[in-house]
Amino acid sequence: MSVLPVLDVVLASLVIGVALFTITARDLFASVVGYVAYGLLLAFVWIRLYAPDVALTEAAVGSGVTGVLLITAGKRLGALKNAAPEMRPGLSLKILTGVLATLVAGALGAAILMLPDPPPSLAPEAAAAASGAGAGLKNPITAVLMSYRSFDTMLEKIVLILAVVGVWSVGADKAWGGAPAPLRQSRPYAPMVLLAQTLAPVGVLIGIHIFWTGADAPGGAFQGGALLAAMWMVTMMARLAGPPRIDAQWLRMAMVAGPAVFLVTGLAGGVLAGSFFAYPPGIAKPVILAIEGFMVLSIATALPMLVAGPPSERPDQ
Amino acid sequence: MTPSVLAGLTGAALVGLGLYGLILHPHPLRKLLAFNLIGSGVFLVFGIVARRGAAAGFRFDPVPQAMVITGIVVAFAASAIAVALILRLSMQSRNVTLDAEVWTRPNGGDAT
Amino acid sequence: MTTLLELFSVAAISVGAFFFFAGTVGLLRFPDSLTRLHALTKADNLGLGLVALGLLPRADNTLSALKLIVIWALVLLSGASTAQLIGRALRRGRK
Repeated sequence: MSVLPVLDVVLASLVIGVALFTITARDLFASVVGYVAYGLLLAFVWIRLYAPDVALTEAAVGSGVTGVLLITAGKRLGALKNAAPEMRPGLSLKILTGVLATLVAGALGAAILMLPDPPPSLAPEAAAAASGAGAGLKNPITAVLMSYRSFDTMLEKIVLILAVVGVWSVGADKAWGGAPAPLRQSRPYAPMVLLAQTLAPVGVLIGIHIFWTGADAPGGAFQGGALLAAMWMVTMMARLAGPPRIDAQWLRMAMVAGPAVFLVTGLAGGVLAGSFFAYPPGIAKPVILAIEGFMVLSIATALPMLVAGPPSERPDQ
Repeated sequence: MTPSVLAGLTGAALVGLGLYGLILHPHPLRKLLAFNLIGSGVFLVFGIVARRGAAAGFRFDPVPQAMVITGIVVAFAASAIAVALILRLSMQSRNVTLDAEVWTRPNGGDAT
Repeated sequence: MTTLLELFSVAAISVGAFFFFAGTVGLLRFPDSLTRLHALTKADNLGLGLVALGLLPRADNTLSALKLIVIWALVLLSGASTAQLIGRALRRGRK
């Protein structure tokens, strides 16, 4: 077991090195690619911290979907003519900022070295939620998300919907109701079409599997939903489908389905099981899986809409 | 040095790096990237708190990890709104920069 | 796990790691983007295949072994398509 400390040190220095590259790269595209690689290395660090669920989420959402968002944004920005020239900051500003950054990092590092020992933990409450009154789920993180802190998870789904509304509101007034601009401007290209046609069905299966197995093993609704969202985005990027109109009823119903079902179940729990968001004992696990199914639908429709952006005036722009 | 302390110090260094990039880069998308770096550094600190809270038969404390999962998705939603605002601002004003000197030029920096 | 299987596993993973190393050296040392792309895709597809092959005897059950092979097939598919896309972009003169 003596190789693990070396692995940890190598991983930490790689992570900081790639982050440094992301900050100091000259080109925007290089910086974004560096950020995606950084996200994948960070997933390794999460595995070393015994957090496979977080590693899955970081790789799928933190590095994958955010990377698509930033590359699409960079391309749309780069297509603008008359962009103002870049200004380089002066040396004194660089030195001052460096001192500030070092102070902040040092303060945070000192706080980490002075963390209380023995460490406090909420694991017993989470275990109680997982096995007893809550659910019978074997994955404690799903139990925490859906039973111990279920209200937070529902609010987070509502935050996603608010974000979609915010992105849509930024579009021009006369474009309201139209479809966002396509994710790629060029004509369909055969390798991309092949990738979409072969990868999408497999990806949908794997996404559903990761959601379903998240009740007892690492996985869950967010990771599965992010995979389904990625498959839809691949199909849109291969120009096999276009972004839907934002006033489409099916789109809006799909996005609202997750938090709506969650809220209704929580209110029903207040009537049937005694307190708001409590589950009736005995059918807790099927109810949780049903809520998670609608959550997966919500996430899989909200994430690509966030990447596609506001409705565009010229639909084939 | 245990893995959690090393990961925590890495998180602190990432927060410092992200702050440096956030202040210095005039390009708005680079600022957004640096902001995401700060966010992931903070999540790493959550992660080591979760690892140190091993109790009740688990090797980790699930509550901070659930918070980090929620946080990653919310950070992506915030990035999406930021991107939409940046694109709209750049299209309206033809300036692809958040540098104060460009926006306070005599003609107001506004090219419309 | 018998000694022969153990030896095979270690040997396959080592050769796979060497292919990854060779691909990285090619990425850093080749003069042109197209040649770097060639080094990356050829070496890494084979490297991942050998690593997956070496991990097969160590899998817990048949399902895990099948998952390893599916992972390799998916990486092959996405790597090949991405290489085609990058190649087309390079031929059109973008960086």
